[in-house]
Formats: sequence, structure tokens, C-alpha cells
Amino acid sequence: MVIPHDFEYVRPNTLEEATRALADCSGSAQVLAGGTDLVAWLRDDAVHPDLVVDIKAIDGLRDLAVADRTMTVGSLVTFTDLMESSVVAEHAPLLSEAAETVASPGIRNRATVVGNICSAVPSCDAGPVLLAYDAHVHLVGPEGFRSVPIEAWFVGLRQTARREDEIVTHLTMELPTHGGCYVKLMRYGGEDLAQAAVAIVVDDAHDYRIAFGAVAPTPVRAHAVEDAIRGRAPTEDVIAEAVAMVRSEISPINDLRATAEYRAHMCEVMLARGLVAADQRRNGDGPEYRTRLI
Amino acid sequence: MQVTITVNGESWDLDVAPADVLLDVLREQIGVKSPKIGCERGDCGSCTVLLDRRTVRSCLVLAVEVEGHEVTTVEGIGADRLSDLQELFITLNSFQCGFCAPGIVLSATELLDENPNPDRHDVQEALSGNLCRCTGYEPIIDAVLAVGQRSGEVTP
Ligand code: FES
Ligand code: FES
Repeated sequence: MVIPHDFEYVRPNTLEEATRALADCSGSAQVLAGGTDLVAWLRDDAVHPDLVVDIKAIDGLRDLAVADRTMTVGSLVTFTDLMESSVVAEHAPLLSEAAETVASPGIRNRATVVGNICSAVPSCDAGPVLLAYDAHVHLVGPEGFRSVPIEAWFVGLRQTARREDEIVTHLTMELPTHGGCYVKLMRYGGEDLAQAAVAIVVDDAHDYRIAFGAVAPTPVRAHAVEDAIRGRAPTEDVIAEAVAMVRSEISPINDLRATAEYRAHMCEVMLARGLVAADQRRNGDGPEYRTRLI
Repeated sequence: MQVTITVNGESWDLDVAPADVLLDVLREQIGVKSPKIGCERGDCGSCTVLLDRRTVRSCLVLAVEVEGHEVTTVEGIGADRLSDLQELFITLNSFQCGFCAPGIVLSATELLDENPNPDRHDVQEALSGNLCRCTGYEPIIDAVLAVGQRSGEVTP
């Protein structure tokens, strides 16, 4: 089986050349980083670009660092990079925890975090974590640079705020002192897409940020739940209150990986366990990061 | 497009189309047949190759992308002498049909490069993207663990 459509391929060395190539393309264009989604979609004929712009030769897109509590993740940073980074483990442990659940090493070595949110499938593992970390997506296009808050990024099923002539350069996250977790429900350990997922961040004031994955057309932030329990430790009552609100925050569907009812029920279970684990981790006495909570 | 690709230490000047996938170019143009055509969508791991010493799925890589990079397949690993890992796969009769074997050899090689003495969980994680339809995985995992134990032995 071969890719059914021909396209032109360029591998520019600078962002200026890359954005010019996108702007000058009269037909449709796709940006290529790790390619683990794009090449599969090309083969399925789900996308048929006239031009593919490979950004892997561009300098400066591999940053992975923290300065003044702000973490930068360049658009060429892979899930393997996240897993192997001690900076990430220390400052943004949910990213390490989520990275480890993504597919398998052969995919993680190639797949990028930014690519994950550009593909924007409902089950993308980076989505809930970046929502819980209140990330900003930075782009460059013909009109220059701009940034988009992650909540405005996911606009629909596989649709993002990126315009066709823009390239994502990096993500930034301002990180509070926090505990948290990424809990992912899969059919089996090892390689699988999320059936449902929740990411939770809690800071020392018990300010929560909670986001769900794979239970709506896009990853979703659960503001109503956060508001209801703000400032309170996750006692049994608080958890019960939070859990009672879950179903109004999500809209799961039936598909071959799970039923809607199972997804909704497990979101309740994962939120209850996740709130406890996140707060314990904040205290420094919870289950270690990367220990599966479900 | 003209590209130069290094495969198992040998440099190849090739004429490829942008839409040509690395897996097909390796097998059809270069004649390296150990990467197998399985699912062709990243799920099975039978097309695994090492790209700059890290495993990738060659069905999800365009040939034009690897210009200037180094591809290694099983042919490049056991060319002169089988590795300890390969020897143990034979000794423990780890495979049946062998379709998954090239991918598993490479995934386990990557693991052992980084972690010479992995535990069972590490091995399962490392091989989680390599499907085997025949063996139930146990003899494969046992062989990888045995390499780790061997590397822990002190040679006099
Ligand atoms: S053929 Fe590439 S992963 Fe199955
Ligand atoms: S031995 Fe047959 S697929 Fe693994």
C-alpha cells in the first residue's frame, strides 16, 4: 500500500523560509514534525496536501527548559524527550506521567507533544495535561507571532485555532507549586488510546485545575467542578460533590473502545481517586508519579 | 528527489518521490527485507528500524525525511556475529513464525543499550508496541531478561 497522492516536500532551515513556503503554496499544505499521525493520514487519503513542510531542520524548536517557573516546550520535543527529562519530572510531572502512557517507544521517539495537540483527536494525551497546566500555544505566520491560550486552541473534532499558514513554535506553561496526576483508562496496559482520561493539578491553596480527555469532541476543562471545590481539601464530602458534577461537564460517546456509560462512570471513579492522589502528591506523600492509579 | 541515506553503515544515493515511505524504499529499492510490512499504520511494530539508534516505525517515516540520518536494521546488527540477544532468542526458542522477530530484536536492542539490566516491567514496556501473533510473548521476554542477567555477570 502506498500513499495515493503525490505532493511536494520541502525541509526549510528557518522559520521565515517555512512560513514563506506555507504562504506561497497555492493549494493545501501540511506541516510535518514526527509524522506519526500525518503519514498514517496521508496513506489513508484522509489528507491530500499539495505541499508538505518538514520543520525538523529548523533550529530553536527543541527547547525544553524552565525559567522563572515558566516551562517552554518546543514544537519538536518528543514524548521520549519528556520522559527522559529531569527538568520535566521535577517541574511538570504530569507531562512525564502522560508521556509514558502514549503508544509505545517506537512512536514516542518520533511523535511530538505539539503534533499531538495539532492532530487534536479527542483522546490526545497531551490535551488534558496542557489544559490543567493552562498552557499557551505560540505560533508564527505571515502576520508575525501570536499566542493562543490552550482553552481556545481546541475548537472541534480534530480542529484547532491554527490557521493553515501558521506553524506552532512552542508551548509555555506557568507552573505553580503543585501536585497532580494524569489518569488514563485503557483496555489493557501497554499500547492503547485513552478510553477516558483526567488530568488534575492542585496548588497549596487548593485551587484545582481539572480536565478530561476522550469524553467530548475535544479535551475539556471542568471549570464548574473546579469552582465548586476551590479552597477545600479533597475530603469525602468534597469528592462526592465533585463527582456528582462530572456528567454535566462531559459528553462521551459509544465507540469500539468503550460505551458512553462506562466512560462517564469511570470519569467519576478516576476523578475521585485522582483528587486524593493529586493532593497527597502535593504534600509529598502520595503514590509516586508514573504509578498507575487505575 | 535525490537523497542520500545511510543504511547499516552504507551510503545510498537514491531517487525517491516525497510520498515514498521508508519501509518500502528499504525493502524495494535497497533490498533490505528484515523490516516487515504489517499493519502499515503504526500499530504492530513489525516494520521497526533504528533511526540514529532509536526505534521508529518505518511505515510512518517518509524516505526523504531520513536524508543525513542513519538507519539500522537487523542486517546491520548481526552482520558479523549474532548479538547476545539474538543468541538467546535462538537458545530459548523465542519465536515461531518469526514475522515479528526483526522488530522485536531492534526494540529490545534499544532497551538494552539504555538499560543493560532491565526488569520484567521494563521489557514489557519496551516491547509494548511489537505485536506477536504466535508466542504469547513469554519466551521473548525471558530471553531479553536473560541478556540482562548475563551482562550482570562478572567475567574473570
Ligand atoms: S507495519 Fe509499521 S507498525 Fe505495523
Ligand atoms: S513469532 Fe510469529 S508473530 Fe511473533
